[in-house]
Amino acid sequence: MVKFFYEFFWKSKSENGTANMADIEKKEGMNSRRRFLLAATSVAGGIATVAVATPFVMSMMPSERAKAAGAPVEVDISKVEPGMLLLVEWRGKVVWVLNRTQDMLATLPKLDNQVADPKSEKDQQPKYAQNETRSIKPAVLVVEGVCTHLGCSPVFRKDVAPADLGPDWLGGFFCPCHGSKFDLAGRVYKAVPAPTNLVVPPHMYLSDTRLLVGSDKESA
Amino acid sequence: MSKRLDAMIGWIDARFPLTANWRAHLSEYYAPKNFNFWYYFGSLAMLVLVNQLLTGIFLTMNYKPDASMAFASVEYIMRDVNYGWIIRYMHSTGASMFFVVVYLHMFRGMMYGSYRKPRELLWVIGMGIFFVLMMLAFTGYILPWGQMSYWGAQVIISMIGAIPVIGQTLSNWILGDFMLSDAALNRFFAYHVVTLPGLLVVLVVVHILALHEVGSNNPDGIEIKANKDPVTHIPVDGIPFHPYYSVKDIFGVVVFLIVFTGIIFFMPEMGGYFLEYNNFIPANTLQTPDHIAPVWYFTPYYSMLRAVTVNFLWIDAKLWGIVLMGGSVAIFALLPWLDRSPVKSIRYKGPIFKFALTLFVISVLVLGWLGTKSPTPLYTLLAQIFTVIYFAFFILMPWYSKIDKTKPEPTRVR
Repeated sequence: MVKFFYEFFWKSKSENGTANMADIEKKEGMNSRRRFLLAATSVAGGIATVAVATPFVMSMMPSERAKAAGAPVEVDISKVEPGMLLLVEWRGKVVWVLNRTQDMLATLPKLDNQVADPKSEKDQQPKYAQNETRSIKPAVLVVEGVCTHLGCSPVFRKDVAPADLGPDWLGGFFCPCHGSKFDLAGRVYKAVPAPTNLVVPPHMYLSDTRLLVGSDKESA
Repeated sequence: MSKRLDAMIGWIDARFPLTANWRAHLSEYYAPKNFNFWYYFGSLAMLVLVNQLLTGIFLTMNYKPDASMAFASVEYIMRDVNYGWIIRYMHSTGASMFFVVVYLHMFRGMMYGSYRKPRELLWVIGMGIFFVLMMLAFTGYILPWGQMSYWGAQVIISMIGAIPVIGQTLSNWILGDFMLSDAALNRFFAYHVVTLPGLLVVLVVVHILALHEVGSNNPDGIEIKANKDPVTHIPVDGIPFHPYYSVKDIFGVVVFLIVFTGIIFFMPEMGGYFLEYNNFIPANTLQTPDHIAPVWYFTPYYSMLRAVTVNFLWIDAKLWGIVLMGGSVAIFALLPWLDRSPVKSIRYKGPIFKFALTLFVISVLVLGWLGTKSPTPLYTLLAQIFTVIYFAFFILMPWYSKIDKTKPEPTRVR
């Protein structure tokens, strides 16, 4: 690259074969003063280019207002009946609160050999949700409803063995975009495009029925 | 009058190379005399470009790039702005027709070997145009801020987040936020109406300059410049672009406009392929539509994206899908160096190339069709098979193009 520019600006001749930069150098001599000025101008020009580019490039990063948004959200879960899914908006993302029935919880161990990360070993959840049900309270699942493949929101399919998902389907989440499947703990099935389990956001219980999404004891 | 006109042109010519350019690019640009149907699509692409620029300017007069107002402003254009509906339908239909003519233009190049020496750079510049066109289509599709705008963009942006190490920061930088929001809509509008159209126009000019430097290829794939009249130095198989091909192209324009206006007036949504039904619902950040598919011109690549379901080497399936999708577009730029056949045109190429090209077209069509469907195990398997065929067409080309039985090229065009 450097060689190309050197050839282009220094050696290339004009059409009638007269002066190029190299010829001028030969005729007039390249003293150390001229060489120094040339190098100094190039360096100064380079620094100036970076300096001028900085405000433009940095202006595209999230603004102060965008950074300030995203406070924790408080949710009343007293009305979430067993088997019911509640959608909560946090930081512009959808967070699911699913109150699982005993039947639903019973499906989880059966799927251990069909999901990619049965023990939730990958860092997709806070420590307190790294258990069999991926939750603080065994029944209540709190996960981001954002597919770990390409960010679509999967569909809650609690129907068992529907025609389109096959006879082995025990209920879970199906992503309509690219066909990824998750079980009722947000664990990803093997051989689907999504690489990891659904993310469990930081959350904590303020009381038995008041859930805080976006903050937990450690960070609060 | 003509004396006055001559004087005026003389005055300009002394100050700007008007006549010289007219001659170099129109009245004395010699194009092969055997152009056929497939040579309409370059000039038609320019016509559609002008349509997009013109209608686009008028759309910006009433559109609002604000997440809370964008959807309503598009409906305002459709319902209340005088003739707003026709301007928007010209623009939305133009977007799809742009891809129709560009795909046919590219297929022409593949059939007649228009990417071969000395037109490699011309082909690569064309691929640059294709890339900018895809960026324009993507940014433009976000602007109405409907359900498909939002979730389509969500999927594409998530791909950037999948790049190892820098992905998340890069995605924040592109979105100007930690998720897809108003900030992104506002800046994509800026790209769609200023940056990308400017880039596209510059690239089109460069494409034409490069074409006029090397000269047009033709259905026989032989160089007309190799056979010039000894006295005039004009290629014996060449005819001046103007008036011969300017008149031919006007005929093409008329036929094209019949189709184009037919679509605008009778089926602007094209059964959900040009304008998707889900995009008539305002963006809802909490719910993905049950069935999401990109607009038809992106469906082949989308199929390849979701065809990969197994981790391979140390890279996971998600990243492979993205690599394949990007690769499926980028690999076109390598065609000039993959084709080792001694002849350019399909007319003189052997049965293997004809078979390979047919199979390739079938795989693009099948992948395109699969991209509009919900993924099922059978469809995913089909997508995997045809993705392999798609890439095999390119990757195996250095071998099959070499061993193919070709016919000798003629010395004169037919």
